[in-house]
Amino acid sequence: MKPKRHLPAARDLIIIVPWFWLALFFLLPFLFVLKISLSEPALAQPPYLDLIREVEEGLVTIMLNFGNYQLLLQDPLYLSALLGSLQVAAISTVCCLLIGYPMAYAIARSPAHWRLPLLMLIILPFWTSFLIRIYAWIGILKGNGLLNNLLLWSGLIDAPLEIMHTSLAVYIGVVYNYLPFVILPLYATLIRLDLTLLEAAADLGCRPWKQFVLITLPLSLPGVLAGAMLVFIPVMGEFVIPDLLGGPDTLMLGKLMWTEFFSNKDWPLASSLAALLLVALIVPFVLLRHFERKAEERAT
Amino acid sequence: MATLRQFKPEEPWQAPEGEPLVRIEKVTKRFGSFYAVDEVSLHIHQGEFFSLLGPSGCGKTTLLRMLAGFEIPTNGRIFIDGQDVTEMPPYERPVNMMFQSYALFPHMNVADNIAFGLKQERMPKGERQARVAEMLALVQIEKLAQRKPHQLSGGQRQRVALARALAKHPKILLLDEPLGALDKKLREQTQFELVNIQERLGITFIVVTHDQEEAMTMSSRIALLHDGRVEQVDPPRRLYEFPSTRYVASFIGSVNLFEGYVVQQDDDQVIVQCDQADTLLQVRHSQPLVPGMAVTVALRPEKMRLIGQITPDAPNQVRGIIKEIAYLGDVSIYHVELGSGKRVQFTQSNVQALAEQPLSWDEEVLLGWSANSCGVLTE
Repeated sequence: MKPKRHLPAARDLIIIVPWFWLALFFLLPFLFVLKISLSEPALAQPPYLDLIREVEEGLVTIMLNFGNYQLLLQDPLYLSALLGSLQVAAISTVCCLLIGYPMAYAIARSPAHWRLPLLMLIILPFWTSFLIRIYAWIGILKGNGLLNNLLLWSGLIDAPLEIMHTSLAVYIGVVYNYLPFVILPLYATLIRLDLTLLEAAADLGCRPWKQFVLITLPLSLPGVLAGAMLVFIPVMGEFVIPDLLGGPDTLMLGKLMWTEFFSNKDWPLASSLAALLLVALIVPFVLLRHFERKAEERAT
Repeated sequence: MATLRQFKPEEPWQAPEGEPLVRIEKVTKRFGSFYAVDEVSLHIHQGEFFSLLGPSGCGKTTLLRMLAGFEIPTNGRIFIDGQDVTEMPPYERPVNMMFQSYALFPHMNVADNIAFGLKQERMPKGERQARVAEMLALVQIEKLAQRKPHQLSGGQRQRVALARALAKHPKILLLDEPLGALDKKLREQTQFELVNIQERLGITFIVVTHDQEEAMTMSSRIALLHDGRVEQVDPPRRLYEFPSTRYVASFIGSVNLFEGYVVQQDDDQVIVQCDQADTLLQVRHSQPLVPGMAVTVALRPEKMRLIGQITPDAPNQVRGIIKEIAYLGDVSIYHVELGSGKRVQFTQSNVQALAEQPLSWDEEVLLGWSANSCGVLTE
């Protein structure tokens, strides 16, 4: 019995490390942000008032300012920025999956000695700075850029296409940049798929297309979900790509947050935006986990 | 003297006019320069429990996969029920397969796994549910219908795999090492169950196995494969008692092989001179052999018995010294060294709990056997 009693203690000890890490680098900064979001802006350094203020000698009050949240909920600008971010994140995630799934599938089904070089090609762009790659897209998409010149030269178009500073440019940049994040988890699930399952399905009367729909696709859903989260969550707060490639019509939370922080110097408002974004992201995923567990329990 | 066997209903391969259910004709499968299956021809009949037996790499699984449609033969044709299926895709064939790894769909429960094939052929829901219930009852897992494969034991998974493969009532069920993953006790029990199910449903079973005991217990006929070729196709008893080649004789059970040459050929027996045995060997054999021809005499260990004395000039009698004894409980195996230095095995059943005078090491024994209990091999 003795070693059994020792085991949980050792396990707890190991779990403390990531908990401590998360508390120090995620929870604590978030509490700072939360604190700032509840304070009042001021022309000072830092540009907000402390929550705890000395009113008189020895008398201290805590002033919580919910005005920022009120403003966020009332001003339609912020709601449309949230919807804009949701739209860009959702459409980009779907595009990444539609492009990434066939690529991951092809790599997983290619001869064994091809897989590593192909995966290397997927990861290779990461060896260049993210910013440089986005600037490169400006060179490709702009009025007299690579793409327009190519299309003009080939005679497909008569006048240059206006892609730069539109939503289309943002989608191109986001999908390009986040594609590897869906391909890698999808590849990892597809390569583990037992191919005799497909033979079994064929044996029981499935044509190749139905084998894919009934066996491969449902069994690769964990990879689809992982890839979708890896795209959706960071794109919701994405700032650089919409700022460099997007135009005035591109309204996204990340861009707005940057404006509030650095142009308007309204740290409390920007912080409340950040807090709301976190809630907007966490709540659906907690619910998702909850329903997954429910479904698992029903199965057993 | 060749005996003409009477055709019995349970031996459809004896009927000259019967059309076999499966005709494999000169099928070859080449992977690069490797011949996995090399000009194999087999006829398998309706209702048979047919085993493809051989060591790993003999081509038995490739042959089964060609019957299922997962491999296309390089040469030759395959007919099922008179129809050429050589290039027919697996999803159109009237056969189903039970996979060695079972290949149960992990995201579906037991009932959905069994119903999978029925859904593909768009069987109406009511009929489908009845069929699933029937299959669950057949393999006695009614209580597990809602479980997922990962919640089952190995034996239970094997039953689900069998039920799923039988659900569509295929003309032929292909089984790839069906008992390979089970432990010994469960395997022996399941062997009889498989045979019972096969007899009840009347579906032709074609089984791949490397386990000769399994093949001997279950099969109506066995095809013994070696290096992509068929060595012999016969019922288990004939395969054991009348092996046609040295390979078959030594693959199935234990055997003593004596190299020699023919000195005399009579109507129904042949006399073989064998230097290793210090005696003439008299063997019952009806095919003509030329004197001087090199042959091998095969003798099973259990066909030898202890004799009191050696009759001068009588065949099939040897003298030797016991060198090794293996006590297996039911039988004992003795390794006996003959005068020539050749070692032979003979077995004795342990009839009494403790024999009064058990044989012991370095004891001299006299062994004899009848001409009917050994065979001549020319290949």
